[in-house]
Amino acid sequence: MGTKLLRRSALLALVAVMAIIAAACGNNGTTSGGGGGSPSAPLKVALVAPSATNDLAFTQSMTDALNALKESENLDIAVSDNLFVVDDAASAIRNYASQGYDLVIAHGSQFGGSVEQIAPDFPDVSFAWGTAGDTFGLTNVYAYQAASDQGGYVQGVLAAGLTKSKVIGVVGPIEVGDAKLYVDGFKAGVEATDPSTSVKVNYTGSFSDVGLAAEAARSFVAAKADVMTGSAQMVVGAVGVAKTNEVAWFGTQANQTSLAPSVVVASQVYHWEVVLKQIIDGIKAGTLGGQTYTIDLENGGEVIEYNSDYNLPAEVKAAGDAAIEGIKSGSIQTGVKE
Amino acid sequence: MTSRLRLALHLDWRRSLVSWFTLPVAAIAALLIGAGMLLALGANPLTGYRALLEGAFGSVDSLINTAIKAVPIVLVGVGICIAFRANVLNIGGEGQLVMGGLASTATALALPDLPRPLLVPLVLLAGAVGGAIWGAIAGSLKAYFNVNEILSTIMLNIVAVQIMNYLLSGPLVDKSFSGFSFIPQTKRLSPNADLPVLVGGTHLHAGVIVAVLAAVAAYVLLWRTGFGFRLRAVGLSREASDYAGMPVKRTITLALTLSGAMAGLAGAVLVFGSASHRMVTDGTATGFTGSAGFNGIVAALFGGLNPLWTMVSGFVFAGLLVGGNAMQIAVQVPTALIVALNGLLVVFVVSIEYVRRRSRLHLESPREAAGAGSEAERVGAGPSPSTGRIEE
Amino acid sequence: MRQFFTLAVLTATVASGIRLATPFLLASLGETIGQRSGVLNLGVDGIMLLGAFGAYYTALHAENLWLAVLLGTLVGALMGLITAVVSVTMKAEQGISGIGVFLFGLGLSDLLFQKFVGTPLPIDTLPTARVPLLANIPTIGKMLFQANLMVYVAFLLVPAVAFVLNRTTYGTNIKAVGENPAAADSVGVNVARVRYSTIIIGSSLAGLAGATLAIQLGIFQQNLTQGQGFIAVALVYFGAWRPSGVMAGSLLYGMVAAIVLTWKTLGIIPQSASDLAAMAPAVLTVVALVVVARRFRQPAALAKPYERGG
Repeated sequence: MGTKLLRRSALLALVAVMAIIAAACGNNGTTSGGGGGSPSAPLKVALVAPSATNDLAFTQSMTDALNALKESENLDIAVSDNLFVVDDAASAIRNYASQGYDLVIAHGSQFGGSVEQIAPDFPDVSFAWGTAGDTFGLTNVYAYQAASDQGGYVQGVLAAGLTKSKVIGVVGPIEVGDAKLYVDGFKAGVEATDPSTSVKVNYTGSFSDVGLAAEAARSFVAAKADVMTGSAQMVVGAVGVAKTNEVAWFGTQANQTSLAPSVVVASQVYHWEVVLKQIIDGIKAGTLGGQTYTIDLENGGEVIEYNSDYNLPAEVKAAGDAAIEGIKSGSIQTGVKE
Repeated sequence: MTSRLRLALHLDWRRSLVSWFTLPVAAIAALLIGAGMLLALGANPLTGYRALLEGAFGSVDSLINTAIKAVPIVLVGVGICIAFRANVLNIGGEGQLVMGGLASTATALALPDLPRPLLVPLVLLAGAVGGAIWGAIAGSLKAYFNVNEILSTIMLNIVAVQIMNYLLSGPLVDKSFSGFSFIPQTKRLSPNADLPVLVGGTHLHAGVIVAVLAAVAAYVLLWRTGFGFRLRAVGLSREASDYAGMPVKRTITLALTLSGAMAGLAGAVLVFGSASHRMVTDGTATGFTGSAGFNGIVAALFGGLNPLWTMVSGFVFAGLLVGGNAMQIAVQVPTALIVALNGLLVVFVVSIEYVRRRSRLHLESPREAAGAGSEAERVGAGPSPSTGRIEE
Repeated sequence: MRQFFTLAVLTATVASGIRLATPFLLASLGETIGQRSGVLNLGVDGIMLLGAFGAYYTALHAENLWLAVLLGTLVGALMGLITAVVSVTMKAEQGISGIGVFLFGLGLSDLLFQKFVGTPLPIDTLPTARVPLLANIPTIGKMLFQANLMVYVAFLLVPAVAFVLNRTTYGTNIKAVGENPAAADSVGVNVARVRYSTIIIGSSLAGLAGATLAIQLGIFQQNLTQGQGFIAVALVYFGAWRPSGVMAGSLLYGMVAAIVLTWKTLGIIPQSASDLAAMAPAVLTVVALVVVARRFRQPAALAKPYERGG
């Protein structure tokens, strides 16, 4: 057992040495956080997200919003993406808070429980959590969500107008949250336009499994669907299938035209900057939370961005525009709220 | 003094030196390649690694984070020690973690008002039972139906994830959440079940004590009880143990069951020591476990399949993970780098075992090498995962 | 349910099941070869991911699918070389080193993807290759003979691998090395060289499997395989280390997955049961094995590094 004991001692020695080096390198004391950015100093914002910043879906929508506001609001942005392990995300949130960031954005509904527990420990730091509508009664937590059923409804109207086979396929992740809202809105829009159209929905059970999304899309194509839509970052798999089979595609969360310019009709793009600006302004004025913000068609947080290269028949677009106006004015209800 | 003895003494210090250095050398080699990757990504390796060390070990806060991260890894690792000593490779840790988490969550949801001194041990026990059942399924499939445990554990991992998704989106979901729709998570579990905080004002929780106790208990089990002896005997030679009349099938099943229990316990700690005090899923196993099921295997082997040393190797490994996340934040590289670096480290350190073993063999006498050398070496490092012959 | 039993739907489901089974089959055949020679490679998933990325990247930039497939295979071969060095020359503990390779492949493929690709653009998928006469057979033709080329390659490899294992000297050597490396060594078989070759071949097939997955799906993403490499390893045990058994296992798994998918699309499986349905392939695989319960032996020297004189 002799050399084994020596090796184990070596392991311990390694640990000790590393600790000594780390301590010797010095501990930069953490600066106090919060207080809102002063006019000259940038506002330090951290984004903690469950998928990649360029996923052309959920996380991209927030990254784009932050970049859009970077200059005008003088932001200093740090990002930790691909944190789908909830505990790791919680660690990152806590880390950023303790490093003196002014605003920590927890972009993922699964992070809510963590925010609820961490926020009270850092009363000078503002936390923003989405997509959700609960601030836990805490004064330093903002919540943000999307009325994605609205854009879903509009795209459902467009889809029902486009389909010739009267079969539409929908690929979703898990039947909860933002995705469910979008899908329900979409179905309502199709129903309102043409009840005889069949909408097939497949929730694959994962936010990230691209293979499942592709296979679901394929089975829709086999079932004669000529229009498809879907939500969440795994949807790129489905878009590829749409492209190969020349099936029209409606995107959500981000502008997905670049994925398949030949088949993407339109995307419901989330412009989080509309509410993010209000949150940032609130922080600069000294309010660190306590409010829920919703993006919808009315306030410009949700925009249906059409693919200019796609040949959309005029009457279909007119129906879509009418739906947008109807929802904004309140004359059309998507009927989807829980 | 005979010449051979003189030779042995003369070579002894050199042998120790080589052994001593192999582990750090492997680690440094892997870290150098990592530095290369950092450079290629446009980051400063020095800043990066300094952030890693500080994030892992550089302050009290860091040490606490590392300790907390280490708990599930150590627990799973301890379970792997038990199974591997019986020559059973348990790669079902992920699924057993999930089942343990679910069992403990269900218990807390069913009995939220039990007083804390009762509820905490109860949920931990429930977690262990959940994982134990999952391990027992694989164990009995192996012992009684000849189903190889690599097959069954992989399949059981898949099944566990689907059960988790089903329960957390359906029967166990938190319906009280305001906002537009549900999140696949339970409601905030009873505070009576929160793992008690050890040091006021920090988030260092009692999971650390659980891990230490489990490691000690496993050590005692393996080397101080009759069962442990039988288990190790079965691991060294299934045929010989069978010939000697030991209940081989039952021992193997129990080994997998205990291993699963440890992983299940880890799952319970993950839920009740977590920041959110809920069980939440994103649809994958990794989202909940953080790959503790695999990392535990690595920690166990780095600890020489000794539960006590697994605590140390688990702590160091957790440091790498925690430090890696800090490094990611500091130099803003993709988190994927950390995963790749971990894998690289594992490969290097496992490979370097050979150098260590060779240094022993070559400096010993030929007779020692031929006779005791390799067999003893493999015993020292733990039996290979030969899954045993199945023709009884 | 009646909708399912229409000819069109059944045909599409069977074809889909065969297509889903293909990556499993390729990776599993590769692992079988390796395990017959006594080497356990748990890193298959990581190798598949690297092969998938290599193929995707090539397809994205060179727009040539065959080049993509080739590159994926070469990446697999390279990883095989590394695995062989670690498992055979360094005699590392194979279960652990495999997991290390898996983590490395998972991380590196994602890293390269984020660094060199960024946003996942779809690539061309494999075109259907109709077998000249057979494709015209009603129904059966549609089910079996109108798949993409990789499907044919995979299924043709089954008898090819069986032939090599059972009727060539090389195959005999492989089996000998897997059963009793000391005896094989004593009659002059170079154990290390045989193992190197089987590992490299096996890993190339894993790389090929990953490439096939990527170009069948037409996309790449972080952790594209979602654990399929591990399932491929599991199927080796299911198939009792025989190519025909591995084929049966892959088909079982793929077919059940295809049926579940079709039933979901048709609405036969309600949304509430969808998670439970997703575990069907895994459960059925284990049940099938229990039911069959034949007695089989694994290669006696599986996962034991060989040291001469040891």
